[in-house]
Amino acid sequence: MHVIPGVDLRIEEGEFVVFVGPSGCGKSTLLRLIAGLEDTSGGIIEIDGRDATALPPAKRGLAMVFQSYALYPHMTVRKNIAFPLKMAGLSEADQTAKVERAAKVLNLTAYLDRRPGQLSGGQRQRVAIGRAIVREPAAFLFDEPLSNLDAALRVGMRQEITELHQSLKTTMIYVTHDQVEAMTMADKIVVLNAGRIEQVGSPLDLYNHPKNTFVAAFIGSPRMNLIDGAEAASHGAHTIGIRPEHIDIGSGPWSGTVILSEHLGSDTFLKVNGGALGTLTVRGGGEVKAQPGESISFGPQLAKLHRFGPDGLAQ
Amino acid sequence: MARNVTTGRKAFNTAAAWSVALLLFFPILWTVLTSFKPEAQAVASPPIFLGFDWTLENYVDVNEQRDYFRYFWNSVIIAVGSTLLGLFIAIPAAWSMAFVPGRKTKDLLMWMLSTKMMPAVGVLVPIYLIFKTLGLLDSRIGLVIVLTLMNLPIIVWMLYTYFKEIPGEILEAARMDGATLRSEILHVLTPMALPGIASTLLLNIILAWNESFWTINLTVTDAAPLTKFIAGFSSPQGLFYAKLSAASTMAILPILVLGWFSQKQLVRGLTFGAVK
Repeated sequence: MHVIPGVDLRIEEGEFVVFVGPSGCGKSTLLRLIAGLEDTSGGIIEIDGRDATALPPAKRGLAMVFQSYALYPHMTVRKNIAFPLKMAGLSEADQTAKVERAAKVLNLTAYLDRRPGQLSGGQRQRVAIGRAIVREPAAFLFDEPLSNLDAALRVGMRQEITELHQSLKTTMIYVTHDQVEAMTMADKIVVLNAGRIEQVGSPLDLYNHPKNTFVAAFIGSPRMNLIDGAEAASHGAHTIGIRPEHIDIGSGPWSGTVILSEHLGSDTFLKVNGGALGTLTVRGGGEVKAQPGESISFGPQLAKLHRFGPDGLAQ
Repeated sequence: MARNVTTGRKAFNTAAAWSVALLLFFPILWTVLTSFKPEAQAVASPPIFLGFDWTLENYVDVNEQRDYFRYFWNSVIIAVGSTLLGLFIAIPAAWSMAFVPGRKTKDLLMWMLSTKMMPAVGVLVPIYLIFKTLGLLDSRIGLVIVLTLMNLPIIVWMLYTYFKEIPGEILEAARMDGATLRSEILHVLTPMALPGIASTLLLNIILAWNESFWTINLTVTDAAPLTKFIAGFSSPQGLFYAKLSAASTMAILPILVLGWFSQKQLVRGLTFGAVK
């Protein structure tokens, strides 16, 4: 079975790379191939210029943080973090020194003699990261590490991981289905769909210049409005795309009826039935007084309009 | 919502539970009581329940006729030996079935279990001949091997069930952390599965201790365990119920004590995985 039919990807030293895509797109499989937890049926995986395709996971010099944390429940935090060092045959003294240094960085010193079961989700995640740090790996692999945490904790951990990357300067490969995580953390985003790479680039690169309709719709929140038909043809394209934040309310060539308005305080998102245009999402800055059922006129900022051909590729 | 249970109903349930428990326990109780009866009263009709002349004579006789501790040690060596050897083989086997299952793993497990459906006597002659040729008759090592093979399917099945409950990601984490297969099994899998391994160990010691087909048929004197000790009182000199009962009581006592102290572990182990 070919899960990843063919991928050519180069990750530079020290980069923070995020694999993002819908569930089942192969992003986790790609990560596990890099880790050595899955076998390749073809192709070459090089790490630090060395062919690692046939190496077992431990010999690749990579460390992984799992979604479920995968801590050893029968060991204390100290023993969990020391486990890779013990496997590498380090002396007790070296183990202790390294574990204590990592615990200090991650604010775990007070919890070293507890077991994972006595820790909160965020603390467990930090232990998993600690266990990865002490190995001083060539790269860190993160497999959806924040998806088991609640929303508030997730934002905090996101920043912690970003800060960790800035201080360690080690290559990190991070898998997520959450495009907000991808946008905020990555130096380079790899968008995957059905086992294929759709586009590789910096967050703003993907935001401003999506190569195709899949990337256009996947990156950015709320998602880009895609419009087919006569309106698209009038702009010389098969499909046009315009982000909610690039539509001006109050004047413009388009009109429609408000279906729903979401007031976030800083922004107002309107869901608008635009007739032949379809249903569009429109963002207004601050408070926009528009009630459901009200008719409004609006229009795209032409410079921000994306044009796609019949094959879905950007023109 | 709790069901409304009337006092009468409660009393009935309690009585019913006690009756079933006593019914199951009665043969053992009767054996123990008989062991304290004089031989004549042991076969009295109608049977005497408690009003007999209590005596320890049977125990004295049994110990004079046979060396209990030799049989006892044989039982210990055979039961513990076959269980440990079984675990040594079954832990890696269950590991591979639980964590690297192939297309035929389920079939293999069913096939292993199906061997338990064959009556043991069906293979008595071939095994007897093999043992004779190899000089394993009446040897402890021979019995350890046979009992290991007999109980292996159960050991593998039990361990497989426990191992299935352990998340594979934890073993993958160990692999990423540089653990070799040996350290993975020794430092991560085994400690996590320890409650399950302990239950398996206890249950198999009990099964091996009580196993009486192979232990009786493949031993004469040197390797004879307690099952043979009991059997020895049933035939040659005619039936001596009181002595037979004394021998039986002495044979089941150690395992009864072990079972009593490990009840909690056993029940937990046997119901483990039954409720998700």
